[in-house]
Amino acid sequence: MRLTKKDLLGMKDLSIDEINLILDTAESFIEVSTREIKKVPTLRGKMIINLFMEPSTRTRTSFEIAGKRLSADTINISASTSSAVKGETLIDMARNLEAMNPDVIVIRHGASGAPHLLAKRIRQSVINAGDGAHEHPTQALLDMMTIKAKKGRIAGLKAAIVGDIAHSRVARSNIYGLTRMGAQVAVAGPATMLPRFIEQMGVTVHHRIEDAIRGADIIMMLRIQMEREHQNIFPSLREYAKYFGLNRKNIRLAKDDVLVMHPGPINRGIEIAPDIADGPASVILEQVTNGVAVRMALLYLLSGGKA
Amino acid sequence: MRLLLRGARVVDPSQPIDEKIDILIENGKIVRMGKNIYKAKTQNGEESPSTLKTLDLRGKIVVPGLIDMHTHLREPGFEYKETIQTGCEAAAAGGFTAVACMPNTNPVNDNRSVTESIIRRARECNLCHVYPVAAISRRSEGAALAEFWDLKDAGAVAFSDDGKPVMNAALMRRAMEYACSLDMPVISHCEDLHLSAGGAMNEGFVSTELGLHGIPSMAEEVMAARDILIAEFTGTAIHIAHVSTAGTVRLIREAKVRGIRVTAETAPHYFTLTDEAVREFDVNAKVNPPLRGVEDVAAVREGLRDGTIDVIAGDHAPHAMTDKDVEFDEAAFGMVALETSLGLSLKLVSDGILTLDQLIRKMSTAPARILRIPGGTLKAGAVADVTVIDPAAVWTVDRDRFRSRGRNTPFHGWDMKGKSVMTIVGGKIRHHEP
Repeated sequence: MRLTKKDLLGMKDLSIDEINLILDTAESFIEVSTREIKKVPTLRGKMIINLFMEPSTRTRTSFEIAGKRLSADTINISASTSSAVKGETLIDMARNLEAMNPDVIVIRHGASGAPHLLAKRIRQSVINAGDGAHEHPTQALLDMMTIKAKKGRIAGLKAAIVGDIAHSRVARSNIYGLTRMGAQVAVAGPATMLPRFIEQMGVTVHHRIEDAIRGADIIMMLRIQMEREHQNIFPSLREYAKYFGLNRKNIRLAKDDVLVMHPGPINRGIEIAPDIADGPASVILEQVTNGVAVRMALLYLLSGGKA
Repeated sequence: MRLLLRGARVVDPSQPIDEKIDILIENGKIVRMGKNIYKAKTQNGEESPSTLKTLDLRGKIVVPGLIDMHTHLREPGFEYKETIQTGCEAAAAGGFTAVACMPNTNPVNDNRSVTESIIRRARECNLCHVYPVAAISRRSEGAALAEFWDLKDAGAVAFSDDGKPVMNAALMRRAMEYACSLDMPVISHCEDLHLSAGGAMNEGFVSTELGLHGIPSMAEEVMAARDILIAEFTGTAIHIAHVSTAGTVRLIREAKVRGIRVTAETAPHYFTLTDEAVREFDVNAKVNPPLRGVEDVAAVREGLRDGTIDVIAGDHAPHAMTDKDVEFDEAAFGMVALETSLGLSLKLVSDGILTLDQLIRKMSTAPARILRIPGGTLKAGAVADVTVIDPAAVWTVDRDRFRSRGRNTPFHGWDMKGKSVMTIVGGKIRHHEP
């Protein structure tokens, strides 16, 4: 089976079969990263451009490693300011890159919809590495890969996503992915962090972390963005940590074998207590490991590879 | 020059008239209306037919020239988006004999010289009447009143800080009082900037899914409520621009019942499209106020039907590709309207929301009354501003054929029924489609 899409823009567009294809392919790439020589020639001669218009270490590095382990040439372009401020538009930048004949363009952008704009204008494959508060599909895929590896399935599991749902692309992509694969999803946060009509995405909505994580198989804690304090999304980090942080006490409400996940980078002691982040339930570092495999799978599949 | 419009169905809400009748135009004025004027004149020898240009308009509808009281002609300052010339060409092509243009030019139209220069440029173009709306506050900065009296003398017909709402309620109160004493309307762009800050589209399920920052409907409603309260307290009048939400319609309806002097307009996109149009991050559907939800569209249509909303105005907002062809968050707000307004509005008639008489009232007679300008009528003695509509014409919106410089429309490729085929301004044919 092949992935017939040109681009990977969001989880919303992926069918169950496509998700399974990507996860199975990723599974087969796990082994490459454990070899002594961590490289296969699969994408030799292919070029991948990582266009990161927003600061990122983890995702950019993960894509770069994924490309290198498949022997592709990877180029990183970082732009700290938005294209409009720099004077060159995103479309002009993309068309210049297109003219250099890459095979895949990976884009991270602060504006929702930027990868879609790119994908419409250029013939190469575009992978969304996070756009605004919209989607972050590779994060959701690596999360689902981690869940599947630990639980053996996704369907029927209870997942809680806690934090600033309104500003989180990770939350949206996981809601699409997990609900499509048959999991139940609960979201929790103060009302300022819950966007209007979120329940129409097929989730239950809670204003207390305890209500969301009760009986959960999976808890995803979202990173709190410090600057939101100044937008009156929450009064203080102290209060947020006290009432919405995951800690030794409230985690007892979840199932005994609950998985604790976090897209990183974590704020220790704020959304997650250090002993939980480092404890036996935490799969935060497995997520990072699986991220490389998922991105290898996508680069491979979008470059025309068969699973 | 004499012009005889023969055989058309004449719809004039100002009289009111809706019947097959001929109209005679002479020296830029409407001189007579009646059955078979042509025959009557030749029989008594008063008239030689050769000095008379007769237009056979059988199957067409003749209405008082359409007036769009809310446009952006972008000149001076943003000629790369639109000029008075291209804007007037678009207006004439769209069936409009007069437009009012908003002051958010560069420099802002907050003083006599800008108002006069707009009027002068419009006269040179000689395509349709152009009525400048002057700024409420200097540079539309919301701090100090512009010179209303001098602006009125220069030819401004209303005051508005359109695009930049007056956040200071005390300033708005003073503006409404001062304008009222001059018998000038104030047009309010209702948007609480704290509530709308950072927003790119309507706050609703679509914005939640797309991860775009939303503009809540209450951003419009709190300011509409405020301005209605000011009008009530001071006994002055207010005109609410581009109504987009169910809540605003309700506020205006209640205010009218209570006798407050409030009038309102909406634009075709607010009764035609919902925020679903933004789904694919279509920057041409990015407009301020934003396209709203299904209930809002239904309420706006009901507001048009029951008379709560007096006027249909396009909020014609042309932009260049460079303003639009960027990330959705960065793209300019606004869409062109002059060449699609009538087609979209005629849909209200075929949908049974409005009669043709009611529609023409909202697109001609009412705006003329609110702005206290000539037009909006075909009565004898009135200026001969006339729009001829072919109700059977089937056409497709093609933005590449727009006279406007703006191509920013979400209606490209839409099929329409009914269009203006002739625009007569002051007795002169300014646009004619075969």
